This record gives sequence, C-alpha cells and structure tokens, in this order.
Amino acid sequence: MSGISLVGGHVILPGQEKAEALHLHVEDGKIASVGKAAPLAEQLDASGLIIAPGIIDLGVFKTDKPAFRFGGITRAALMPDQLPVHDDPATVRYAALKGKPDFWVHPLAAATRDLAGLHMAEIALMKEAGAVGVATGRHWIADSGIMLRIMRYCAALGMPVIVHSEDAGLAGNAVATAGETATLLGLASSSPITEALAIARDLLLAEESGAHVHFRQVTTARGLDLIRGAKAKGLRVTCGITPGHLFLSDNAVSDFRTFARLSPPLRSDDDRLACVAAVADGTIDVIASGHDPRGPEDKRLPYSEAAPGMAGAETLLALTLNLVRDETISTGRLFELLATNPAKILGLKAGQISEGFEADLILIDPDAPWQVDGDRMAALAGNTPFNKLPVQGRVRQMLKGGKVLQTRRP
Amino acid sequence: MTWTNAFPADRFPSGSDAFPHKHLLGIGGLQTWEILYILKEAEHWVALNRSGAAKHDDRLSGLTIINAFFENSTRTLLSFEIAGKRLGADVINMHAAQSSVKKGETLIDTAMTLNAMRADAIVIRHASSGAVQLISSKVDCPVLNAGDGSHEHPTQALLDALTIMRRRGKIEGQTVVICGDVLHSRVARSNLFCLKSLGSEVRVVAPPALMPAGIEAFGAVPFSNFDEALDGADVVMMLRLQNERMQGDFIPSPREYFHLYGLDERRLALAKPDALVMHPGPMNRGVEIASSVADHVERSAITEQVEMGVAVRMACLDILTRRARRVEGWA
Repeated sequence: MSGISLVGGHVILPGQEKAEALHLHVEDGKIASVGKAAPLAEQLDASGLIIAPGIIDLGVFKTDKPAFRFGGITRAALMPDQLPVHDDPATVRYAALKGKPDFWVHPLAAATRDLAGLHMAEIALMKEAGAVGVATGRHWIADSGIMLRIMRYCAALGMPVIVHSEDAGLAGNAVATAGETATLLGLASSSPITEALAIARDLLLAEESGAHVHFRQVTTARGLDLIRGAKAKGLRVTCGITPGHLFLSDNAVSDFRTFARLSPPLRSDDDRLACVAAVADGTIDVIASGHDPRGPEDKRLPYSEAAPGMAGAETLLALTLNLVRDETISTGRLFELLATNPAKILGLKAGQISEGFEADLILIDPDAPWQVDGDRMAALAGNTPFNKLPVQGRVRQMLKGGKVLQTRRP
Repeated sequence: MTWTNAFPADRFPSGSDAFPHKHLLGIGGLQTWEILYILKEAEHWVALNRSGAAKHDDRLSGLTIINAFFENSTRTLLSFEIAGKRLGADVINMHAAQSSVKKGETLIDTAMTLNAMRADAIVIRHASSGAVQLISSKVDCPVLNAGDGSHEHPTQALLDALTIMRRRGKIEGQTVVICGDVLHSRVARSNLFCLKSLGSEVRVVAPPALMPAGIEAFGAVPFSNFDEALDGADVVMMLRLQNERMQGDFIPSPREYFHLYGLDERRLALAKPDALVMHPGPMNRGVEIASSVADHVERSAITEQVEMGVAVRMACLDILTRRARRVEGWA
C-alpha cells in the first residue's frame, strides 16, 4: 500500500514547544517518518496549517461523531453513564465497535454495578471486551471500603481508575458552589471543599492500593494543592479539567442559565484562576471536553431540575488555543494535554507524532476566526455556555489511521 | 409624617417610565424609585380597601388573571385572588395538585398552555428557584412572581416595606432584624434587597447551618446570636421554619431552636421599646414566635401585613396591566 505525504505544514513533535516545518509520511495507517525527505507520490497540501496529533477526549458522555469530527477529536474515552450502564462486557464491546472505522471509542467500565456505588462490576471481563479504564461515573463512591477494593482490583489489572470528586455528604442536593451567586439566586449550594474532601480520601486510597487514579475534573485551588502534593510525593495520580472551569466562573450562572449548569458546579473566579495556574505549572495533565449534549427536555427547565453538562467537543480546541495565545502554555504542551497524556493514561499507542504510532492527525488553521453558535452546532444538542463567543482555530483536515476524512466546511 | 408626604407623586417619572418592567420577577432588578412607586400606588388601594362595603374598582374588568400555584399556598393565593377581583378581573386559580403537572407535563408546556388561553396576567408560585423567570420568557403577558424556591417573593417584601413605612413613618435608617431560616427563605432575600434599596440597616440572624454564604455582599450584617442582633432594632421580622428542617439535619429540635432563635417577650425587650414585630405567615407558634408576642396589640404588625398584601398586589396588577389596557402614557 502506498502512503501519503503531508507537505508544507508545521508538525508538532513530542517534547517540542513549537511546530516545525517538516514533511510527514504516513504508510499503512501508521506514521512512517517525519523529516525533510522528499515527499511520496500522493501528497496532501498542509501549507499554513499545523499538523497535530488527533485529540483524545478523556471522558465524554455521548458518542457524537459529527461534533468530534468538527472538533478534531479522533478518539474518545466514553463514560459508563449510558443507557444501559456500561457495567457488562456486552455493552462495552458494542460501544467499542460503534465508532469504527473512522472514529475510535474507548469505553470506560463502570466501577460498580449500575453505577450505584455498592457492588463491584465485572471489571476484568469488561477489560477483555475493550474497556481501557474504570470510572465511577458522574458521582463519587461514598463507601470508602468498596472504593479501596476497586482500586486494588484495578491496580492488579493495570487499569486506571477515573474518579469524580465531590463528597456526597457535603454536596447533598447542591447545584451551585456556595458564594454570592448561589445566595443571590437562592440555589442549593455546597462549599468548594466538597471537591478537596473527596480528593483527599481518594489520594489516601490511591496510596494504599497502588492504583493509578485519574481525577477527571479538578476545579478548585484546594483540590489542586492536594494533587500537587501527591505528585511531589511520587503517587501515580493524574488529573484533568474541561474548558468550562478554565474559562467561566460561577457568575455565568446568573439569570439561571442552565447551559452553565455543570458537574461539578462552576467555581469562584479565584478558583478558576488557580485552575489556569495549574495548567501552566503542569499539575493538570489533561484537558477534555466533557462532551454531554443535552436537548431542551434536559435543559429548558428550572435551574435545579435541569441536567448538568455541556456540549463541548466542538469548542475544545478553539477555546484551549486561547491558553497558547495568552502564553499560559506552548502549542506543544497543549497537545500533550489534549492527546499525548490521555493516550498514556489509557494505555494507547497514539496521541503523539512519532514513527510507528497510529496516524491519527489533525490539520489546524490556528488563527481561523469563527463564532460559537449553539443553534448551528454539529453536536446532538447545542447546549454550550460559550454561545456567541468569537473564537479562533479550526480543524481543516483530519486523518484517522492514515485515511483522510471529509471535514465540515466552515 | 406620612410617607406619601415624604415622597410626593411628582417625584416619580411620568407614565410607564415610573415602572418600565413587563414582569415583576424579583426585587433584585428594581430601582429604588420603582419600589417607591409601587408603594405609593398601594396606598391608594389601602384607602379603598378600608372604605367600607363597596371595595370595588373595575379597571381590570374583562381581563383574565391566572393564579398558577405549583406549590401550596393559602394566604398568598387568597391575597392575589382578592386583589384581582377587587379590580374587577376574572381570576382563575390553578392548583398544581389538579393540573397536568402531575401527569408529567413540563413547566414550559404548562406555560405555553396558559399563554394560549390568552391570560392578561399570570401569577406564579413554584418550588424551584428561577422557575418563574423561565415561564416569563415564554409567555406574552405580564408575570408576577408569587415566590420561586429560595429565590424571591417580591410582593411579600413590598407589603412588608409598606407596613414598616406606615407603622414607623419611614424605612430609611431603620434597623431591621430578619431572623430564621435565611438560607432557604425567598422572603428574606426579597426583604434584604428591598430594605437595603430603601436605606435600612439589615441584620440577618440564623443558625450557622441556615446562613447563606456571602450574604454580606448584599449589605446584610450577619449574626448568629439573636440577642446581640436585637440591640437597637426598630423592626423584628421572623421567618417561618419549615418542619422538615427541624428534624436534626439543620437544627436539632424545635425546642432547641426556640431556645436560641425564638422571639418571646424577654427577647423583644432587647429591641427598641416600640419595635415592630413582623412575620410573613403562616406562623409556627412556639417554634419561632411566642403567642404573647405574635398577638401583642401594639407591637405586632402581623395582621396589618396581610392587609397591606392585598393593597400591594392590587397595585402590582394595576401597574403591570396598564400597557395592555392602553392607559395613557403606558400604551
């Protein structure tokens, strides 16, 4: 099989801050070589574009291919919170096949049966069916005993445990973070330490069990301090965040905007700034979309009755490119957060542009301006709290396993 | 000095500029002079209501007002119903218990249904914060918030302000103590915004578990000790404590609550000698307020609050329907 050469673009190589002007050759679905060597017969013009690894979105709630295509996402780890719940090898196997060949879904197995937090699910069987990690779902597991046993089990199986961090007792029925906005609107709220308390316990259990624990979203200064300390101590922990908590604070909820209802709830601006600082200093390992498209039946409701979550796949790249533009991080670092680190956590040989790796590539025009428009999104629903925001950065071409996919025109 | 002299009518902008809002969703979005305008208008209705047998004014004749109460209420519903009928409107009460809400219809669909029936004003109470604002965005007619979750209850704050104004002669500079379940209270929020807007000093008193975070940002001075808060108070406003909060989750027992936060004669003596006692009702006698205080002839304004409620709601219904009625300067 003859290959294809991507010529004239700037390639993001592992460990490099900036993209370099290089040719990239793809053969048999893999990255064959990167360098100055003469291009092959079949060429793809990448001039003016950045060639980056396809985004690996760690923790989405729906397989939403049009949105992922728009957003430059070539693989996604699917949360077990599905109907039916992914607590069974058959549902996991089905989910793993669903996106192929042009999109790869990596299912996460439910840690407990029906995600009820009470009894262990068949984790090893689900691993054989294709699960790449174990997740607690949208909620924290309150029972410390079962959580420790799950972590020990996963440590033995070599699977990461992906946890949600909100102490159930403190969270109660809260839909907001305690503070001026929650008080003004009369919304049930809980202290920001709700997150740190859950993280503190799970860090102790991680240390005890030796499991690799990934905190899917850490959104408070206190929580990030705990992660920072654990990493300094040498624990095998990683953490992530979504653009919602990096670019919005709780005042986005004013006027009861249900599109800004997220889980965990949006935080104070001080906490938001601590999150940006944690991206800069390397405490945060992953930025994911948390893609959770929700139609009016879930969102056009009184605030506390509306479902949390935002459709984030299409805006993930453009929003996080702001972190490069404002010099919080380099371009190279951004793709570690979006692709390389998620691949490492999930144990995938992908997420970086190195010889022999899967040729999942995106060609980006990093400055192309466009406007987020919830009414015209590719996603299953347009529930974005960033509606009408002008952004920059569009995916122009996408290769999955070396094959060029059609992309939506701007 | 009566307050109408202190705020003569010519101080207000003319026509609809005096109250440029389509709905009454909360006190939070109102200017001070807009609050005062409603209070001034309400004075007129107090006089009518006290005028004897024929308490009728037919300016809302032919208009349909729907009271859509998704949460149980007796006095607020009755008060809105009387207010609408005294103005000559056709008033229809919709109780959640009888409605399709129980059959799973969404709030928006219910709102669209009410809208399709061509109501001229809809009065809504709902257990969820923000629900009334959500409905108001989907209907054509004015919407009046009769209480949404823990958010706002604007007509309660207006009737409380009118009561204070009439009984104390002024609101500005008055020290008002609000005591009880401030965290869950829409009455406390609306009163705080209203009284601060009108220049009062507001102290809020609550058990630690029932004090909302960041309340200072809205100008309230928080206290956990009721006795200390009462020092120099002109008005003591007690809040109702919901039964379900008394079973050990927020406070240990009604007995212990009354011990720390109940208003009895000993505590009332700590306030100014002529301090006013208020309660939005319905009261839990012996839980937050002693009967001897609640029924105190000179000090308690609790029945007057109910009276002012009808007048304030008449004013609100009149003002908000002026556009539809093509009143000069409002059309």
